[in-house]
Amino acid sequence: MSRDSSRASSESIVTRVIHRPYVWAIVALLLLLVINLGKDPAYLGISVNAATGNLSGNVIDILRASAPIMMIAVGMTLVIATRGIDLSVGSVMAVSGAVSMEFMSTAGGGTVGEALSAAALALAISAALGAVNGVLVSVVGLQPFITTLITMLAGRGLAKVITAGQNTSASNESFRWIANGTVFGFPVVFVIAGIVVAIVAVLVRRTALGLMIESIGINPRAARMAGIRPVGILIAVYVVGGVLAGIAGIFSTASVMTVEVAKTGMAAEMDAILAVVIGGTSLAGGKFSLTGSVIGALLIATLDKTIVFLSIPSSATPAFKAAVIVIICLLQSQRIRALFARRRSGPSSLTPPPRSPAQPRKESVSA
Amino acid sequence: MAITEPIVEMEAISIEFPGVKALQNVNFRLFPGEVHTLMGENGAGKSTLIKALTGVYKIDSGTISVLGAPRAFSGTADAQSAGISTVYQEVNLCDNLSVGENVMLGHEIRGRFGINWKKTNEAAHDALVGLGLGDIDPRRPLSSISLALQQLVAISRAMVSRSRVLILDEPTSSLDANEVEGLFGVIRRLRDQGVAILFVSHFLDQVYAISDRLTVLRNGEYVGEYMTPELSRSDLISKMIGRDFSTLAALGSNRGRAVHATGKPFYSAKNLGRKGFIDPVDIDVHAGEVVGLAGLLGSGRTELGRLIYGADRPDTGEVRISDAITEVHSPIAGLSRKIAFSTENRRDEGIIGDLTVRENLVLAVQARRGWARPLSKREQGDLCEKYLVELNVRPADPERLIKNLSGGNQQKVLLGRWLATRPELIVLDEPTRGIDIGAKAEIQETIAALAGEGMSVVFISSELEEVVSLSERIVVMKDHRKIGEIVNGPDVTAETIVDLIATEGNVA
Repeated sequence: MSRDSSRASSESIVTRVIHRPYVWAIVALLLLLVINLGKDPAYLGISVNAATGNLSGNVIDILRASAPIMMIAVGMTLVIATRGIDLSVGSVMAVSGAVSMEFMSTAGGGTVGEALSAAALALAISAALGAVNGVLVSVVGLQPFITTLITMLAGRGLAKVITAGQNTSASNESFRWIANGTVFGFPVVFVIAGIVVAIVAVLVRRTALGLMIESIGINPRAARMAGIRPVGILIAVYVVGGVLAGIAGIFSTASVMTVEVAKTGMAAEMDAILAVVIGGTSLAGGKFSLTGSVIGALLIATLDKTIVFLSIPSSATPAFKAAVIVIICLLQSQRIRALFARRRSGPSSLTPPPRSPAQPRKESVSA
Repeated sequence: MAITEPIVEMEAISIEFPGVKALQNVNFRLFPGEVHTLMGENGAGKSTLIKALTGVYKIDSGTISVLGAPRAFSGTADAQSAGISTVYQEVNLCDNLSVGENVMLGHEIRGRFGINWKKTNEAAHDALVGLGLGDIDPRRPLSSISLALQQLVAISRAMVSRSRVLILDEPTSSLDANEVEGLFGVIRRLRDQGVAILFVSHFLDQVYAISDRLTVLRNGEYVGEYMTPELSRSDLISKMIGRDFSTLAALGSNRGRAVHATGKPFYSAKNLGRKGFIDPVDIDVHAGEVVGLAGLLGSGRTELGRLIYGADRPDTGEVRISDAITEVHSPIAGLSRKIAFSTENRRDEGIIGDLTVRENLVLAVQARRGWARPLSKREQGDLCEKYLVELNVRPADPERLIKNLSGGNQQKVLLGRWLATRPELIVLDEPTRGIDIGAKAEIQETIAALAGEGMSVVFISSELEEVVSLSERIVVMKDHRKIGEIVNGPDVTAETIVDLIATEGNVA
């Protein structure tokens, strides 16, 4: 983002990317594609439908599948940067899907207007749920983990109330187009996701919002003393997280035009948190990377597709996913890196890894 | 007290941390049946000495003997098994357990079916009775009793492990006068039972009320050991702060320049206070005036500075800025009324470590503008260029992470952060503490120059000489209240302030 380009512009793009924490995510992404290529040399092939100009192929499928993960991952990035966490994103997806399906099946006209109204209503309710999180965290002072755990359970319940516990379907071609349609050959969901990510990036990096979010995440007391008002920023961050989860909910229900209240968005918070961590944003808060989270989302979508493609039994899927992610997190860990660096430079220079700033010994002297 | 054999004897203790000599040749003796107070300013090495004794820090040289035999403890638990218990300022008990469970933790009485809670609670009750705390029910949750009682519970806990040495590190800092009296009752009772007590406190009156013997440290060095009744308060204070004029930089002294304290003040507060924090204070600051806040640590000088800025919300008082009544109840309120506050707690409340120098410098200006109106690259660059050069920050690299700068340079960047907001009143809390002499002199010069340009300055420092040489008027604080105000002049010296603090103490 803007910050990246401002720093050390003399270095080439390659050297800069290599020093990013998400470099291993890129490596893993390429590795997965290579594995798939090994099984099917035509895996990366993209075909163009001569009649419609639509692109199709595995890569396009991955892009399509990555869109909802990208949405919740970007929202989660901002929340985590403020030292928070949002466990409610999956439930908000279900609420958003439930609201839009229920609205369209009741209206039943199948018009464009109805599709837009359904989406607007779904996003408004998602924003409201985000605001509830934000107020509980910033004004009431509850822990983000507990707060969003409550909204996670309450949200799932709300989705069931809205649809009276039924899996609700609706038919509306305009709404379906969001998930299945294409723009210039690319899936609509991916295009929308790209635009939304760009808007969020501009919002946080071209204003002072990103600086303030990072300040609060790194040192909340110092940020307050410098005049930053944390309440408004925290609410805003959780609202953004809610809206993005709402968009993800629309994405994932529009493809089948059905909301499965017990399944839509299930365990999505895990995917989002993983994407953020893989992207190099620390769960301790502070510095964040939207680019990293987008790459993390792409990696998770690719992993999901690879598991299916390699015909790994569905019962083993979570274990396989966990293994890949553990490896990436290990590669990102400072300690593991220091260990590698030490081994490479030989035993003669046993320089200890850079001392963690959490325990400067000098400070304790004056205590 | 005719006991001649010390229970703990530390001789020529030295500890060095990277770049700092924390303790140099410090001696310390602790006798049974005596309260021995460790005195010294913040950073003098009191806590380090305690940690050396309990084995938290390894000593680089010197010897520690307990009951005549040389010992080296591996940590608090090891020290405790040798009968040396420590009760810290922040009570480290388990809030969610009962009083009895806390007292007996690790010493529960076991029966055939695991812990016998009835007997354990009885033993806890006995331990509490031993300290005259028989009316606390051991089954009550710890969180339901006051902080002062929790402190006493922590001491009971130490006594259950049959300690012969009890270390109390600032036990009174959050207690009120009655609670302190209760604690002292317990301490005296233990002393009479023959326990050796090491006491650390910043409150002079308390030190004189409770201790039999004093050891004074200064800058990690041993100053001396004294019997409390034989050392006057003013002598004690001068031993604590030392007579080290060499560190005081040559300054354009503000003495005799007290021309600003006329007419309407820029900032004026009447009865500014906050319950349990600081008693109501009147303070005026005129444009171009440096008002010093003097007093020992814990006297309430920092608290007053925080109330002026709005870092803590005042609950009494009337504030006028440029003669208009106003309220300052949050940092952003202070900032928008052109007040700035540079904290003494640089690490926790000042720098945002993982951000760059540039980002740290522009933060307050940006906060006042709001998030939607970001400073452009150019505006940020201009601010950095101006203040990094003006304040001589080294290295003058705006893209370096601030945590990688030295303390003095971090302090300069923070000063830059506040000056960039173009304040009319700046409160500087210990701006020169813990930084090297060169940076110190530069910051002192900057303060004098700012006042010369018409800025109002409230200057807080533990170094009385520094306060005297920079301030036009000095507000003297003690025990969380204002005890006097001195107009600076040729006759005023650090002793004037010390005398005021010492004599006022005798009255109270």
